[in-house]
This record gives sequence, C-alpha cells and structure tokens, in this order.
Amino acid sequence: MSRYVSYRDFDWILLAFVLVICGMGVMEIHSATMHTKFAGAHVRQIYWVGAGVGAMFMMSLINYQALLDQIHWFYFAAVGALMAVLVFGQKYLGARRWIKMPGGNHFQPSEWVKLILILAVAKYFAEMRQRELSWADFMKAGAIVGIPMLMVLAQPDLGTALTYVPIAVMGVFLGGLQWRQGMLVALAAAIGIGAVFYVPKVHVLKSYQKQRLTSFIDPELDPQGSGYQVEQSKIAVGSGGLWGGKGSQTHGAFLPVPQTDFIFAAFSEEHGFVGALGILLLYFIVLMRLTQNAQTAPDRAGTFVVMGVVAVLSFHILVNVGMVVGFMPVTGIPLPLMSYGGSSVLFMFLALGMVMNVRMRRFVN
Amino acid sequence: MFGRDEKVSAIRLTAAQYVILGIFLMLAYGLWRLQVMQSDFYSLAAEKNRIRNVPVLAPRGKILDREGRTIVDNYPSFSALMMRDSSRDLNGDADLIAQGLHLDPNEVRARIRRFALMPQYQPIFLKEDITPDELQFIEAHRNELPELDTIMSHRRLYPRNGFMAHLIGYVGEVSEDMLNMPQFELYNAGDVVGISGVERQYNTMLMGTNGSRQALVDSHGREVGRLGETEAIPGKQLRLTVDIDLQIAAEEALAGKNGAIVAMDPRTGEILAMVSGPTFDPNDFAVHVSRDQWNKLVTDPDKPLLNKAIQAQLAPGSTFKIIMSVAGWQEGIAQTLHVNCTGGAEFYGRRFGCWVKGGHGEVTLEKAIYQSCDVFFYTLAEKLGIDRIAKYATELGLGQKTGIDLPNEVSGVMPSEEWKIRNFKQKWFAGETISVGIGQGAVAITPVQLLRAISAISMGGRMVVPHVINPTDMPPGYVEAQHYTEVKNVPIDPNGWNFITDAMSRVLLPEGTAPSAHIPGIDIAGKTGSAQIVSLATRARFKNSEDLAQNGWFVGFTPRRNPDIVVCVLFQGGEHGKLAARLATQVIKAYVDKQRRVPQKMVEKPKGDGTVDIGGLWTDPDSDGDKQTLQGGRFVLDLPKKPLALATAAPGIQE
Repeated sequence: MSRYVSYRDFDWILLAFVLVICGMGVMEIHSATMHTKFAGAHVRQIYWVGAGVGAMFMMSLINYQALLDQIHWFYFAAVGALMAVLVFGQKYLGARRWIKMPGGNHFQPSEWVKLILILAVAKYFAEMRQRELSWADFMKAGAIVGIPMLMVLAQPDLGTALTYVPIAVMGVFLGGLQWRQGMLVALAAAIGIGAVFYVPKVHVLKSYQKQRLTSFIDPELDPQGSGYQVEQSKIAVGSGGLWGGKGSQTHGAFLPVPQTDFIFAAFSEEHGFVGALGILLLYFIVLMRLTQNAQTAPDRAGTFVVMGVVAVLSFHILVNVGMVVGFMPVTGIPLPLMSYGGSSVLFMFLALGMVMNVRMRRFVN
Repeated sequence: MFGRDEKVSAIRLTAAQYVILGIFLMLAYGLWRLQVMQSDFYSLAAEKNRIRNVPVLAPRGKILDREGRTIVDNYPSFSALMMRDSSRDLNGDADLIAQGLHLDPNEVRARIRRFALMPQYQPIFLKEDITPDELQFIEAHRNELPELDTIMSHRRLYPRNGFMAHLIGYVGEVSEDMLNMPQFELYNAGDVVGISGVERQYNTMLMGTNGSRQALVDSHGREVGRLGETEAIPGKQLRLTVDIDLQIAAEEALAGKNGAIVAMDPRTGEILAMVSGPTFDPNDFAVHVSRDQWNKLVTDPDKPLLNKAIQAQLAPGSTFKIIMSVAGWQEGIAQTLHVNCTGGAEFYGRRFGCWVKGGHGEVTLEKAIYQSCDVFFYTLAEKLGIDRIAKYATELGLGQKTGIDLPNEVSGVMPSEEWKIRNFKQKWFAGETISVGIGQGAVAITPVQLLRAISAISMGGRMVVPHVINPTDMPPGYVEAQHYTEVKNVPIDPNGWNFITDAMSRVLLPEGTAPSAHIPGIDIAGKTGSAQIVSLATRARFKNSEDLAQNGWFVGFTPRRNPDIVVCVLFQGGEHGKLAARLATQVIKAYVDKQRRVPQKMVEKPKGDGTVDIGGLWTDPDSDGDKQTLQGGRFVLDLPKKPLALATAAPGIQE
C-alpha cells in the first residue's frame, strides 16, 4: 500500500499557512515577553514548532486506517490514564490534572485524549451502517466522548472537557443527525446548562467556574477577577484601533498572560484591526483547506478524522478569540498554533499529521 | 445500507463550512466593534490605565527668626510600603518584615488580609516616618523582599522639647470641619495645612502649590516612565520678628513654670519672644499623635496646648494700677491725690484691705505705684467711677483683641456699667469699682493686651499692633499684613506718662516691690502684680493649696525713655509679682546684653548632663533662600535640673 503514498500529496500549502500563523505567534510571544521573566519564550516556542513539524511527519507516516483498527486499545488506555490522574494525580490549585512521571516531568493526559477521541469517533461513524442516525447511535457516540469528558470534568478541568464536545457534535452532525434529534438535543442542553447555573442544588460547576462564566457578561462587576481579565483584554484589543498601537496594555502587564491565553489580544493591540483580521483570515484559510481535504478523503473514516480536527480547531478559535473580544467567558483555552506552550503546539501538529496522513492516502483506492 | 467507502454527505460538509464562516464573521464583527467602532473609548481606557497623576508635594516654607536663622525646617521622611505584586508569598515574608520594621507580625498579616480585596496597584502602607535603620533594612533586603518599597515626603521638623511651640504651631491633615471654613475651602482632604500658630496664620504663604507628575505605570502601579511634570512651587519662607536669642532667654526663664512671657518692640509692635508654659512637642503631631497622648494634652489642667500669651484671660492684679494712674492723671485726680494708708479702708460699707497689713502711711501717686498701695487705688477708683476707668482702659486696648497675627486670640473683659447690664441684666454696684481699681473683680485680660497697653503708655500714647512677621517682608499684595503697621495715638499728657514711668522705674529699686529683680546697669521701668484667682476668704479655707496660688504678673520696659523692649510675664501660681519680675528681667538682660554685644551663649556644643538640646536643624544665618543646606548644628541650653513640665505634657522626649 505504501507505494501509493507520496510526499507530492503532502499538503504543503496547508503547512505553509500553518507555519505563517506559528511565525506570527512567535513574533507576538517575543514582543509580549520582552523585559518580563518569560523573556526568551519565543525561542522555546520555535523549538516546539520544530518538534511539532517533526511529530507531524511521523504521524503522517503511520497509516490512519491501521490506527483506527487498533483504536479501542488506545481508547481504553486513554480512559485508564484519566483514571490514573483521578487516583494518583498531582493536586495543584485545587485540581488534579497531572501525573508525575519518573524524571520529574508532569504529564497531562487530557490533552492527548482529544486525539484519541477524534479517531474513536471517526471509527465509530465510519462503520455505521445507516444513512440516518438512530437514538442508539447517538447515545453510543455520546458515551464515547462523554465518559472521558466526565472524568476530565471531575479533575476538575472545565476548559479541556469542553473541547471534547465539538468532536462529538461534528461526528453526530456528519453522521446523519436528524433535524428532530438536533432540536431535542439542543433543548436538553439548554435545560441542562440552565439547571447548572440557576438551580442551587446542582453542584456540577465549581463556584469559580460559575463566576468565570458569568463575569464576562458584566466585567465591571468583578474588575479584579476574571472580569478584570476580560476588561483588560477588551481595552487591549480596542486601543489597537485600525492599524495597531503602542501596546501599553501588553507591555504594562495590564493584560494577563499575553503570551498564552491572551496572545490574540496582545496581537490585536499591536497590529490593530487589520492585523487581527489577517490572522483570522489565515485561520479561515487553514480551516477551509482542511475541510477540502476532508472532502477528498479516501473513505468515510478519513473524512471524520479530518473534520474532527476541524471541529477542535474551530472550537478553540471560537472560544479563545471570543473570550478576547468579550463574547465568551474566560475558560483558559489557548489559541492553537499561536499561544505559547509545548503541549498545545504538539497536539495541533499531531492533529495536522493525521490530516496529512488522510490526504496522502487519498488516491489509495 | 451503505458501504464503508460511501462518502459523507457533501451538503453536511458544506454546512459545516458555513458554520465556520459564520463563527469567523462573528469574531470579525467582535474585532470591528472594539477596534473600529469603540476604538476611542478603549484607547482612552488604555491611557487611563497606564498614566497616573502623581502629586508632587510642594515643600512648606521654612520659618526663620528675625536674623534669618532657621527655626522650622523640613526633613525627608520615608514611609515603608508593600507592593502587592509578583509571586511573593507576602504572609510568609511577614515575620521578617515585621522584625525589620519593628512591627507586630500579626498586625502585618492582618493588614495584608484587609487589603486582599483592594485593587492590586494600591500598595499597603506599613509604617510612616521610618527610622534610618528601618530604611537601611529595606535597602539591604531589596533582593530578598522586593515587595518592600519606600516613598519620601517632606515633614516638618520643629525645634525639640516644645521650643516656641505655641507661636509656631504645628501642621496636620486638614480636617473635615476646616474644609468647611472659607479660608480652607480650596484645599483637598489629605492636604497638610497649618493647624495652629503662625503655621496656620500664614498657611497660604508657607504652603506653596503642589505640582503633578504624569507617570507611566504598569499594572502593579510601578512607575515605568514619565510623560510630563508640572513643578511644585515651594512655599515661601516666613521670617518672624522673633529673636531666637531672646526666645531662648524667655524659654529658659519660664522653663518648668505655668504662664507666659511676651517681649515686644514698643516702637513697631514686633514680637521679639513669646513663650507659653507648659509646652508640648509639635514633632509628636507631625507623624501621628496617639489618642492617649492627645487626651493627656487636652485634659492637662495646666493647658499645655493653650498659648497663654494670647489665650489666657486673667485678672491683671496690680499691673492694672498703671492704667488706673493714667486714667487718674488724665482726669486730673491722681496727681493731687493724697491717701493715708492704714492697711485697709472702708468703701460702701465694706472693708478693703491693702496687701501691706501695716499700711503704707502717707501715699502719693509715685509711692502708690512703686509700693503698689492698694488703698490709694481703691480711693482713686472710687473717685473715677467704673465708666471713666473703662474709658481709658478700653482706649488702651484692654478687653479687646490686640489684632496680633496669631489665630484664636481672645478678647478678655473690661467691665463697665453698660457691660454689666448687657451681660448680666444687672446694675453695676459701686462696690465692684473698688476691686477693679486694683485689677481684680471682673477685669480679665491677656498678657499681650497688658503688654500693648503698657507699651503705649511708655511711648507716650503711641499704640502699635503686635505682630510676629515683618509686613514689608511679605509678598506684594499680601493685604492681611497691612494693618500691622497701623499706629493709634492715645492722648496722654506727657507730664503724666513721664511721671508714671519714672515711678515705675523705682519698682525694682530697694524701695519698690521687686528689688530682688534689679539688674545693675539696666534701667528697667515696670510694675508687679499678683492677682487672686479666688477670694482671700476661699483661699483661707483651702490652706496653701497650690492650685489656688495667686498669679504673679510683671510688665516692664527698658530704657525708661523711648524704650526699645517691653516684656510682660504671667507666672501662674507665682504667688508674688516679684518672682514674675525676675523672669522678665532675665529676658531684658539677654536683650540688653545682645545690644551691648556681650558674648552670647547661642550655639554651644553638648556637654554632658544638665544640658538639653532644644534646637532642630540650623542653617548658616548668612545664607538665604533656596541654597540653604541642612546642618547638624544643635543648640543646647543649660536648663534647671528640675524636671521640665513639658516632659509630662509630651511623653517620650526624655530619653
């Protein structure tokens, strides 16, 4: 089979756009961390991107169909790892999210579970035999994502848990969700969310999570907490104007974590509406290119894999940029490819590796 | 049923693309809204975030004596504060910080807790006016305790031990009540203004105008740059008419006693020295006065906060006989009056005693003055009647404010028939006039009033307004200062005041009432007085109770003709006027010695026990204006071994 695989079919254009976004991220990390204790982070980010590109090529070599055949083992391993976190995990700031590895490293499995979920969902829907989704299928697909998601929620890590949702939503939607089902599910979700927020006896969300989610509606109510962060972010973005400004919000440290979660605010402040729109456009091109790859995938499973990546990437952008412009609460979700951080970069390039994997095998049949 | 290779619905994929497009359009709208539509608003918010207007405090003007020697200066005072930034464990550092700054660690933690909900950029004030070793501690721990910082401000440095405290006054934060007064309405809460003394009287001049600096700050409130600065205009220095050498002599004379000493140049009204005892240390108020300390000052029966020179209203006793003499002379009665004093006399059916039980025998005006014969003045008072006495006393300024440029002067009382009806709805009893004749009864005056009246008599009726600044020194257009040069002429027959002052010059001679105060070679004219606080009968019941001791008075001037200094002494509980006279002559001697260039003990080196250093920081008298530098020269006085009364008034000054 491998003789059909060729790097001529590797999506170099996609990679080029992705690297441009990463480059913008590195520039902004450099600018935002200058004269702070994080100075030099941009160099480390370059290493991570390099490592990510390497990981991407490795990933593209392993046939995704072979991976899908073994996905149930990966899935059990993922659930096992999450279980291990809940039992043996390091408690830090009130949450158990890490396992201490030999050699002093910390390992956060919930990030990698996303990759496995994309594959698991793809596998499930690829093998579905009906054109229309039955409730049983719906429930099974929901369980595939729901079980690890509940375990991550129990850590508790709301932000990461939420990133699992779009994988399921995308899978269910492409898998043949019927209108009636969609309406019912949306209604149930609305009632569920309402219950979490407004029925006092339901303690699904920690109070700080509730506060984070509510404070963005009126940031001035809580100017020093997460509302403060939203307010400072809006000031940063707004003061950037059309063409960008001095960046006093970023450099005066008014903007919290400008190199990670709020990197888009820092970029918007320094490069204005034109620059920010340019970044959005780059992301849009990347997403459209990915969707195109999904259409040309050799099989259903390939389409689902690529669209799973699209779902995760879109969701990250929606939540992160939405937070920066004040539409979304502060959830601690980074902006993929731009935000500083090794695991975020590695995850994104591994996901892209899977996309490449699918693309390179588009003429297999 | 469909196979493994069947494609996913293209419509659904396209739908997903449109959803993504929708998301991006929404995000783009979000950016448009902030960066284009509301850009101005957020740019302003960003500016507000990073620019802070920091007031630049104007240093208060110095206060100098008449020769330009610094009395009150400023010193740089540091306050320790804690910046709540970074990842420091503030509570963990609390013990070390508390130890270094001599604070209670629990208090430090409590303060951190209290500030937990305040915005991050607000620092926590840990301690004001820290000592040099505390400052050293902060400097030495810059790396270990980066959260500690200091700010510098100028604080008033007053002479120590309450030297000249009443005249100078002190400063403090403007109070709520003061802000409602018209003279303070332009100030803001937190401004430091003069609360009493010349600090208050000349506050607008001393205060200067605060500047402001536009500082660029980061989110922790740390200054990272400057935009612009409007400079502070320092307060103008205030030169007093007081002569430190004389002030020292007066302080020394009154040390440990209750009362007041005021010295004035009768030609101009310039106050040369002013002391009130007991005193307080205004430096205790400069930082923070504890409630206990304040209560102690307020409830002290000796009233250390009162400037008795202008705020004590007391019976003048026999010193009033000079005013009586002038009244009697002007009415043509005194010069021909002969009285046979037998130790007392009966008026209106009541016996009035003379202070000399055996009597003075044949008494004329001259002897009545230097021997202070009560019977003579009873008789004179009876002949004059209260209204004629009141007329001359009022013309000489008794019972009215002198208009001295110090806050809260009181007016005292000079009774008359009209006064009694107005205030008591009662007719004046003729018997009351007799007591008034010797300065008792309803007469109540302040030392500075008496000083001014006697000064006018010594100058042949030329009456000046006492003042502590030189009006010509004041900035142009400073209207308040204008009337201090005004002179009022009280018509007095030259023969009369010459006769009276000649008689006064015998008071310190062997035949007078205060021969022990005599200083050879100095021609002093004066009058003693001892005034009852309660009636003699009451006093007899509370035998020898110190509280009821009589007040000693002395008012005198030198030389007898065309005097250039007049001194008034109130010695509360001083029992007899001759003790007051001794205090006055100490001041006069210091003045005359200085005039005659007798070496002064002005600046001395500390020399062990018995010396108390009362000065602050002194500058070279020749240097003038802004080039002055703080010098450590201290000025030291030999004071009586007896503990100072001020030590009880201002605890903590004795080490």
